[in-house]
Amino acid sequence: MDSGQLFNLTTIAYFAAMVLFFAYIATKNDTVALVATLSSLAGFLIQTAALGLRWYESYQILGVDGRAPLTNLYESVVFFAWSILLIYLLMDWKYKQRTIGAFVLPIALFSMLWAQMSLHASIDPLVPALQSNWLTYHVITCFLGYAGFAVAFGVSIMYLLKIGKEEKHQGDGPMGGILGMFPPTKVLDDMNYKAIMIGFPLLTLGIVTGAAWAYYAWGTYWSWDPKETWSLIVWFLYAAFLHARFTRGWVGRRAAWLSVFGFAATLFCYLGVNLVLSGLHSYGSG
Amino acid sequence: MAETKKPFIDRTWDFLCSLKLAIILVLLLALTSIIGTIILQNGSAADYIREYGQANYELFQKLQFIDMYHSTWFICILALFSVNLICCSIKNFPRVWKFVKEPTLIASSGIFKGSANRAEFRCKGSKQQVAEQISILLNKEFAKTTLTEKDEKLYLFAQKGIYSRFGAYITHLSILIIMAGAVIGNVWGYKAFVNIVEGDSVNQVRSRNGTGLIDLGFTVRCDDFDVSYYPNSNRPKDYNSDLVILEDGKEIVHKRIEVNDPLTYKGIKFYQSSYGSAGNAFFKVRVTENSTGETVELKAHQGKNVQLPGGYAFAVTNFTTSDRNFGPAMQLHVNTPDNKSGAPFVVWQNHPQLDVKRGGIFSFVLLGYDQPHYTGLQVAKDPGVNIVWAGCFLIVFGSLTAFFFSHKRIWVCLEDDGKKTKVLIAGNAHRNQPGFSLAFDDLQQQIEATATNESPKKEG
Repeated sequence: MDSGQLFNLTTIAYFAAMVLFFAYIATKNDTVALVATLSSLAGFLIQTAALGLRWYESYQILGVDGRAPLTNLYESVVFFAWSILLIYLLMDWKYKQRTIGAFVLPIALFSMLWAQMSLHASIDPLVPALQSNWLTYHVITCFLGYAGFAVAFGVSIMYLLKIGKEEKHQGDGPMGGILGMFPPTKVLDDMNYKAIMIGFPLLTLGIVTGAAWAYYAWGTYWSWDPKETWSLIVWFLYAAFLHARFTRGWVGRRAAWLSVFGFAATLFCYLGVNLVLSGLHSYGSG
Repeated sequence: MAETKKPFIDRTWDFLCSLKLAIILVLLLALTSIIGTIILQNGSAADYIREYGQANYELFQKLQFIDMYHSTWFICILALFSVNLICCSIKNFPRVWKFVKEPTLIASSGIFKGSANRAEFRCKGSKQQVAEQISILLNKEFAKTTLTEKDEKLYLFAQKGIYSRFGAYITHLSILIIMAGAVIGNVWGYKAFVNIVEGDSVNQVRSRNGTGLIDLGFTVRCDDFDVSYYPNSNRPKDYNSDLVILEDGKEIVHKRIEVNDPLTYKGIKFYQSSYGSAGNAFFKVRVTENSTGETVELKAHQGKNVQLPGGYAFAVTNFTTSDRNFGPAMQLHVNTPDNKSGAPFVVWQNHPQLDVKRGGIFSFVLLGYDQPHYTGLQVAKDPGVNIVWAGCFLIVFGSLTAFFFSHKRIWVCLEDDGKKTKVLIAGNAHRNQPGFSLAFDDLQQQIEATATNESPKKEG
């Protein structure tokens, strides 16, 4: 059993979980929801084991140069999926809103599929600039932050789908149909805020650890390189989001849109900068 | 409108304090920052003209897009943002400070009626007795409790996590601290680079913003440079330089620096950043005079004549690190005393016996070779960096405090109600109300259990 096979199992588990979450929304059967949640939990545990195994494998292949599996695009995309599941499962445990899974699992599943189908999975030795403990701290904090924003994005999409129908909905009775299964918009709005509240301090920590690392490696903690700048843009967007909540007009629909834009900027910061722009991160650690 | 009647100064002040301005500025910073990630920064004129044409280049220059993060307009937005942060803090801080200086020891009836978390019950015993029981419980389960008597009623007050009210201010302050650190670093620090050939020393470095040479005030010598590669690849694994700091000719500090591990001296840091070859390789060669069997070891630079016994000389004319499958090899020729060049021949490092068979006057063995390198160092002096780190610590600490802790307060009011005592409880948290509701329900049940029992049972 190698880590690649375990990652395959993970992908299968996430796929099953996603399908089951869709089935739950369609059937409203609580058992289906429970199995879906258990399937995502199983996938998460397998992936955790797979990450640990890949870490171990790096020592077998590279000897003393082994390192945490967080160093190239493949590993970062896989870790992104893991982070999303971690934040999602924590939110699920807290809120017990099972339908959220149908909008969060696809992001994790798509990441896993992309990583396994088209990214380079070999374990290569690191160039000197990446040989630093800061790498681990920086990547973990950034990706947990991104994951918070990914969950917020999924919840915001649900909010936007539901609010339009809810405003047109007549009468006092509960909404029927698929959207009726979604959590109340108030809860979705609150979850959006909570997920960003988790993501924002982590992104802050991610930027700070990145600055500290840059200082030890290059002698400057901030050089306005495109990756740094985009992480700051993301930070600004979510800072605006958090402050906008204090004024009355910016909860609900606008907050959901801001969360969607924030996640789009996050994805551009993570992938767009590497694929479109160039800079210090061009070797692709993400 | 009442607002238009306000004096201009007040309106300006309100505008500078406003959350609206903060959100606009933050979004403006996010939006404008994109420009510098799309348009190359600090490039040469030729780069821009080739990419965008002459007219656009001139437009970029006018708009200061060439170095936009240091442009007047971008600095202005940052400055306005700082002013906004300062004003907003000045305006709101007294309100928060009041929570500390003047806690609401006596809750108004409005708090008991309007609170989302409240309870009411009656129990036996005098209000003093009940108050004492509840105080003991709150002290143990929640926080230190203050008792106040007013108008024949007894009031209890306890609070937790008041510091979380300051989280936002700490975060705002930390942004200002980071900016201050950055300004200090920009004004009193510099970023520079220097290349030192192995064995050489320098006492000046070249500024990266083109303002010329900077005197270090001491000397840096590079004794040695090494680069190692991963097996079977040309991926560098490590490169490092042995640096020595000299002052007045005395060696003060020795350090082997590598990527991610710089040398610091007098606030100036030297970072391993690049390397390159400096000049031709040199070779360690053992020469045997075949007639006598006498040997000498010599050092030869490529293309330079090296004297041999009896007026002869030799020169290495070519070198490769791998000659087909035979490994490192040098090509050389021997000059006779009357300065005539002999036929060139090849000596392989891995086959030292081979050259004897050539049957010349001398036979050669290649003992080793070295490629002299220069080490490329980034040199930085940043007196503001520790201020920036302090700000970074505070921003993480502040944002965690602001988001994950809340100021929780519990009020109790006890009054005589015939032979019984009427107890009113209210609680409030300034964040995470659902979480607090659960904790409040639990606490309220404990209070009720304690107060209604003659001799309260210890919970748990």
